Amino acid sequence: MNDFLEISGEKINNRLFIGTGKFASFNLMRQVLEKTGSELCTVAVRRVDSSSKTENILDYIPRGCRIMANTSGSRNADEAVRIARLAQAAGCGNWIKVEIINDNQYLLPDNLESLKATEALAKEGFVCLVYMNPDLAMGRRLIEAGAAAIMPLGSPIGTNRGLQTRELVEIMVNSLKIPIVVDAGLGRPSDACQCMELGCAAVLVNTAIAISADPVAIAEAFNQAVQAGRKAYLAGMAEKSQSARASSPLTGFLR
Amino acid sequence: MDSIEVILQKDNITFDDFAVLLSPEAEDYLELLAMASQKITLANFGRTIQLYTPLYLANFCDNYCLYCGFNADNQIERKKLSPTELKQEARVISSSGLKHILLLTGESRQMSPVSYIVECVKVLRGYFSSISIEVYPLSQAEYRLLVEAGVDGLTIYQETYDQDTYCQVHPRGPKSDYAFRLDAPERGAKAGMRNINIGTLLGLADWRKEIFFCGQHAKYLQDKFPEIEIGVSLPRLRPHQGSYQPACLVSDKNICQIIAALRIFLPHVGITVSTRENAEFRKNLIPLGVTRMSAGSSTEVGGRIMQKNNPRGSCQFEISDHSSVSQVKAMIEEKGYQPVLKDWMVF
Repeated sequence: MNDFLEISGEKINNRLFIGTGKFASFNLMRQVLEKTGSELCTVAVRRVDSSSKTENILDYIPRGCRIMANTSGSRNADEAVRIARLAQAAGCGNWIKVEIINDNQYLLPDNLESLKATEALAKEGFVCLVYMNPDLAMGRRLIEAGAAAIMPLGSPIGTNRGLQTRELVEIMVNSLKIPIVVDAGLGRPSDACQCMELGCAAVLVNTAIAISADPVAIAEAFNQAVQAGRKAYLAGMAEKSQSARASSPLTGFLR
Repeated sequence: MDSIEVILQKDNITFDDFAVLLSPEAEDYLELLAMASQKITLANFGRTIQLYTPLYLANFCDNYCLYCGFNADNQIERKKLSPTELKQEARVISSSGLKHILLLTGESRQMSPVSYIVECVKVLRGYFSSISIEVYPLSQAEYRLLVEAGVDGLTIYQETYDQDTYCQVHPRGPKSDYAFRLDAPERGAKAGMRNINIGTLLGLADWRKEIFFCGQHAKYLQDKFPEIEIGVSLPRLRPHQGSYQPACLVSDKNICQIIAALRIFLPHVGITVSTRENAEFRKNLIPLGVTRMSAGSSTEVGGRIMQKNNPRGSCQFEISDHSSVSQVKAMIEEKGYQPVLKDWMVF
């Protein structure tokens, strides 16, 4: 089966994207990326120390795994744009996770500022994957602004509550002609599987993997769940029903 | 009032709940509280501890704080770093890999004016990616000057929220103005500080009340300035030049309860434990909810470059954890956490 995700002309086979912020060590993070074969990880520019010979996170990202710098710490569009430029200068490439948060209590993104940043960054040639509160109208605006993918949250960052925003994400998946990546809040492999069954293009996970007692094993479980969910989506799933249905319907003799 | 078990099931912890978490009765549930605190901290901060170190610019002081080595009455050697000395000190710290620095001065507008601090910040921008200040309370316009120079964080402790105790331990000098100090974090927030760290000096008054009010202060700041990262430090009184002894004892067990209660009440607030505490205790606190630690500290002006042959001493207080930065990093790694040396940048 030749199934791949395409973003900005790049083919991505592995639909598990991994965040790098909360691991106990860079080595552990590298093991997770290697074992899963993840092809896209996010890196906070604020954590990149290009001057360090031993503690530059970029040195621990395996070949074959694309780096997507995120604008963590930015509180408005202007700051996000400046951080994105810094990321590019620091060797992180031009793929950017637009992440603008100005509420440190709930860590929910600011959709309006994210739209402004996407408009500016797309014009400068950045490939923008935009973290957002799920919202169809804003999704359409982000596409017009030049977003390469849209990343609605499943539930607030770090909560591990799963796909609480299912109905809104499903509407976006069914309505928008752009990759929809569920980012944040996925706590279990079954959450990731659920996203993929809905038709999401990928999922992005950090907390649930990084703080697990066995990050490598749980990451592999997430990877398998993503693959299972994708396969189920492509295969097409039977509709759920409230009542039992006989496997040999009464009109079977008409065949 | 709800029971501890009920409170731990809640998503939104009220002030009443916070008081219960700090109560003597809650001590019986300490392990349960610690487990809840660990879970929340891991979810919000991951397995990471951010490191910083203090850099004392000057120890001239017009205050008479009973508990402080810089007290104007104390016969200590008074110093102020020159630009050359500052660069030397910065180089020594920078060679350890640290990128976050906390600048401190005593309160002397004459000897350490804002213009001097601004000049120091400009020098240090060449060495560090994040510069915070812990200096005397300033006006909003003065904080703005420092933000424009490159400061991104403000640390200021109220010391004690009890006004009577405050007057007693700050008998004279500019610091005796309780309200001006209390409003300083807010002025800093309005001036554009990205992170604000508050605290109470544990040992001056009943710690349960102090932490209750400190938590309220942090919550007030978080609600009013949601875009700012709020932190709480837990400095415990240490020996210093002078005769003041802590009015209230705060045990290690109490510190554990404080961390857990603060974390459950304020899930996203940073919690700092400095080298005032000894290495073994700090190590044990890591999984409980701490997110930030100092390392390679000196509380002396030019402590990393000057000859240590001054019999009178000139430090603000004695530190307990004399570990080097690499030793602190190793200790954090041993506990299964990642020491984070860089978590911000000037941009």
